[in-house]
Amino acid sequence: MVWVDAAVQGVLLGGLYALFATGLSLIFGVMRLVNLAHGDFSILAAFVAVVTVQTLDVNPLTALVVVVPIMGTVGYGLQRLALNRLLGRGILPAVLVTFGLSIVIQNGLLEIFSADSRRLNPGGIETASVPLGGGLAVGAFPLLTFALAVVLLIALQLVIGRSPIGRAFRAASDDGATAALMGIDTGRLYGLAMALSLAIVAVAGVVLGIRTTFTFSSGPDRLLFAFEAVIIGGLGSLWGTLAGGVILGVAQTVGARLSPGWGVLTGHLVFLAVLLLRPSGLFARSRRVD
Amino acid sequence: MSATAALEVQRTTTASRVGGVGAVLVVIGLVLVPWSGDAGFMRAVVEFIALLVLAQMWNLLAGYAGLVSIGQQAYVGLGGYALVVLADDLGVNPFLAVPLAGLVAAAFALPTAALVFRFRDAYFAVGTWAVAEVYRLLIANTDALGRGTGRTLKAVFPLARETREVVTYGLAVAIGVAALVAVYWYLRSRRGLGLMAVRDSEPASASLGVDVVRTRLAVYVAVAFGTGTTGALLYLNLLRISPDAAFSINWTAYTIFIVVIGGLGTLEGPIVGTLLFFLLRHALADYGAWYMILLGALAVVAMMRYPQGLWGLVAERYDLNFFPVQRRVRRSLTSVEKGSAR
Repeated sequence: MVWVDAAVQGVLLGGLYALFATGLSLIFGVMRLVNLAHGDFSILAAFVAVVTVQTLDVNPLTALVVVVPIMGTVGYGLQRLALNRLLGRGILPAVLVTFGLSIVIQNGLLEIFSADSRRLNPGGIETASVPLGGGLAVGAFPLLTFALAVVLLIALQLVIGRSPIGRAFRAASDDGATAALMGIDTGRLYGLAMALSLAIVAVAGVVLGIRTTFTFSSGPDRLLFAFEAVIIGGLGSLWGTLAGGVILGVAQTVGARLSPGWGVLTGHLVFLAVLLLRPSGLFARSRRVD
Repeated sequence: MSATAALEVQRTTTASRVGGVGAVLVVIGLVLVPWSGDAGFMRAVVEFIALLVLAQMWNLLAGYAGLVSIGQQAYVGLGGYALVVLADDLGVNPFLAVPLAGLVAAAFALPTAALVFRFRDAYFAVGTWAVAEVYRLLIANTDALGRGTGRTLKAVFPLARETREVVTYGLAVAIGVAALVAVYWYLRSRRGLGLMAVRDSEPASASLGVDVVRTRLAVYVAVAFGTGTTGALLYLNLLRISPDAAFSINWTAYTIFIVVIGGLGTLEGPIVGTLLFFLLRHALADYGAWYMILLGALAVVAMMRYPQGLWGLVAERYDLNFFPVQRRVRRSLTSVEKGSAR
């Protein structure tokens, strides 16, 4: 029963990882950019939520109304003012610039908020649980997180598959230069993709801050988990990303039950095993953004 | 005479001779330092050389081989831990253990490469980082290696402090000189030319007979050896090792900032970058993490606006290369005269 419980908790944790991974996967699909500061932006969002909760005296979930637009704007500005200028110059500049941003954000948070660990308190829901019968119970908040991840993925699927902006995303993903020739303002489009990416990861950061404590240096791990979820699931598949997140989450919780120090490590090892056996991921599709 | 006869390949310049003489003078100066008896200065030089070698190694990897790794801290950590195990557990002379630790790191680089070489470009960067985390967590879960608390290098305790410091210093100078000479020699060689060709265009270099995978693998393993040796040197100097410090992303961050600000893809760039790093860290010593913020911001600006880095700006403006690795095709003076006489 303890293993079933671990697996269930892992599946729900996977929902959170999918939230982290979706934004990373989206911008890679649209413009072949890997944002190494992705995790740090989620932690930045969690700290923005801390400030919002303190100044407006609101619930952290309500604070999302403030945090998400702020992070979206940051993403749009970052892409238009900086990252767009690096596209077409090979992979190295974008990798190094986002890595530099990662270190700047971490140390900036350290200087402003100190090294103390923080937590967001939503007033009760984080400790509520839902009995599943047979002695099993799941936390209400992890369940809510998983549902949120599924809803967000469905919404994103609809936006990408059905809307004009989604069509533009897919066009840019297939061939950015040709998309530009067809009249798509790719600079603006990439800005919107990054805005969407950081908006989603802002939600992930706030959810993380409610689930567990975080510090200025919690970002890089989030990036690695997101990256692993994307690779396990297979590039270009949103549902694969959810599956990848779930596999990673289950690996981590089951590993942590084996030995307390083995949680994250087991996740990494499962990721390496998938990479070794199925380099294109478990659910890869030929279409890059789906 | 044919048109090709009027051209010559220039590999040595006045500046490169000046660079060579300057380098020899610096080395002579460094060798004389122990007689000053200034232990603090010697420790600073050891750290300077360690960061410079890390930077040169990463520069070789990213600037010349096009392998942008964010996981080189794996080899700093593996080298450091290999030193402790070799010297304390296996009874190897601690100074001899430093290059041996580099070999251990290189041995780990082979299976690591089998995994991370499956990634391309930006994914290679994150993949190397993930593997570095695996090494950190494996060591942090191993009782014999002191788990999360780490270990202390005890093998040097019987030595007199002065002896340890002077030998460590001499070893550092030797490692620094060997690393720089090796990188310079390699890049000027036929294989180095092949490596730069791979960076510039994989298909073109492959079609000209360069074995792309083998060339990259060789550089990756050689860089792991250099980085591991440096990791061992660092912990011979620090004496106390823990997984979080030895496998810290900061090693790679320092290295990347040094190379990017100094000038990626040049041998002079990392030297300039390391000097700037030490100056900034010293000047901002009282302001906590601000030097990292400033360095990160400088690196971002450099990458955006001046991707050739500080040294690249100087080299462009004054056409100055103290350590040229390129082959310049020039119209030779003698053939120009012959040509005009014709």
